[in-house]
Amino acid sequence: MPDAAPFDEDDRRLVVATQGGLPLVPHPYHALAERLGMTAAEVQKRLRRLLETGAIRRIGAVPNHYAIGYTANGMTVWDVDDARIDELGAAVGALDFVTHCYRRPRCLPEWPYNLFAMVHSSNREGVQEKISLIANLLGDACRAHDVLYSSRILKKTGLRIAD
Amino acid sequence: MRPDPVPLDDTDRRIVNALQGGFPISDEPYREVAAGLGLSEAELLDRLDRLLKARVLTRFGPMFQIERLGGAFVLAAMKVPEADFERVAEQVNSLPEVAHNYRREHAFNMWFVLATEKPGGIDAAVARIEALTGLPVFPFPKEREYFVEMKLHA
Repeated sequence: MPDAAPFDEDDRRLVVATQGGLPLVPHPYHALAERLGMTAAEVQKRLRRLLETGAIRRIGAVPNHYAIGYTANGMTVWDVDDARIDELGAAVGALDFVTHCYRRPRCLPEWPYNLFAMVHSSNREGVQEKISLIANLLGDACRAHDVLYSSRILKKTGLRIAD
Repeated sequence: MRPDPVPLDDTDRRIVNALQGGFPISDEPYREVAAGLGLSEAELLDRLDRLLKARVLTRFGPMFQIERLGGAFVLAAMKVPEADFERVAEQVNSLPEVAHNYRREHAFNMWFVLATEKPGGIDAAVARIEALTGLPVFPFPKEREYFVEMKLHA
């Protein structure tokens, strides 16, 4: 199979088999291979290719922010001058306390914000301090901002591709 | 619903930090990671299992970028009247396309991520949620992503 092969049915089966997590056994790729009727070498080769193409962002652990002490999770939202948003968005995204940073469409009149940045801290005072730092960075390119604290996880299953 | 912070010892923290990315694709990946941490493979597997069961980690494995697989991933919000909140949460969560759903303190008080295998699946899921709940859904598709990486340290 060439390296540039598109996402095929066996890749899809591999996604379905691993979206719940990697097996916690000494030879996880062999365990997957057995389940999928492939060789372990084939499983590893496909995973490497999916990583190279960006279809897999990374292989690793997803911490639960609450459980590791980041109990204040603020989705900060900003109304930023369209002419400067890409330059400023990149600067906000590079801040070490911002875990996700996206440009999204406004939905006027109810939603004037076009920049979203997730900020985590152990308490709300910590989040507020970080909001001040972002506000300083954006300066007069920002017309308004808000923060939406999460108060409850209603569902968290991650990506689910049907079997 | 919201768990209290779980007490982690120093080894747990080192494991969480070491497993943020770059897990080896090799025959005995856990043994390699364990060796780097000065642990036995069995202890690493045992602690990982405990961290997952205690929900310190919500997942361990490949993180897929669904857009690269031909799918779509869209953040959406709703303004749900307080009296209807539990009913609407149940209806929204009943869709397999809803990957995460958070209550937030705002007039837009329900924020969820729709993940579908085909881009057209998002519109269908939005329409289905609106029909089920009787409330409008506001999609906020990502237009651009700015330097996103895991920077949390346990």
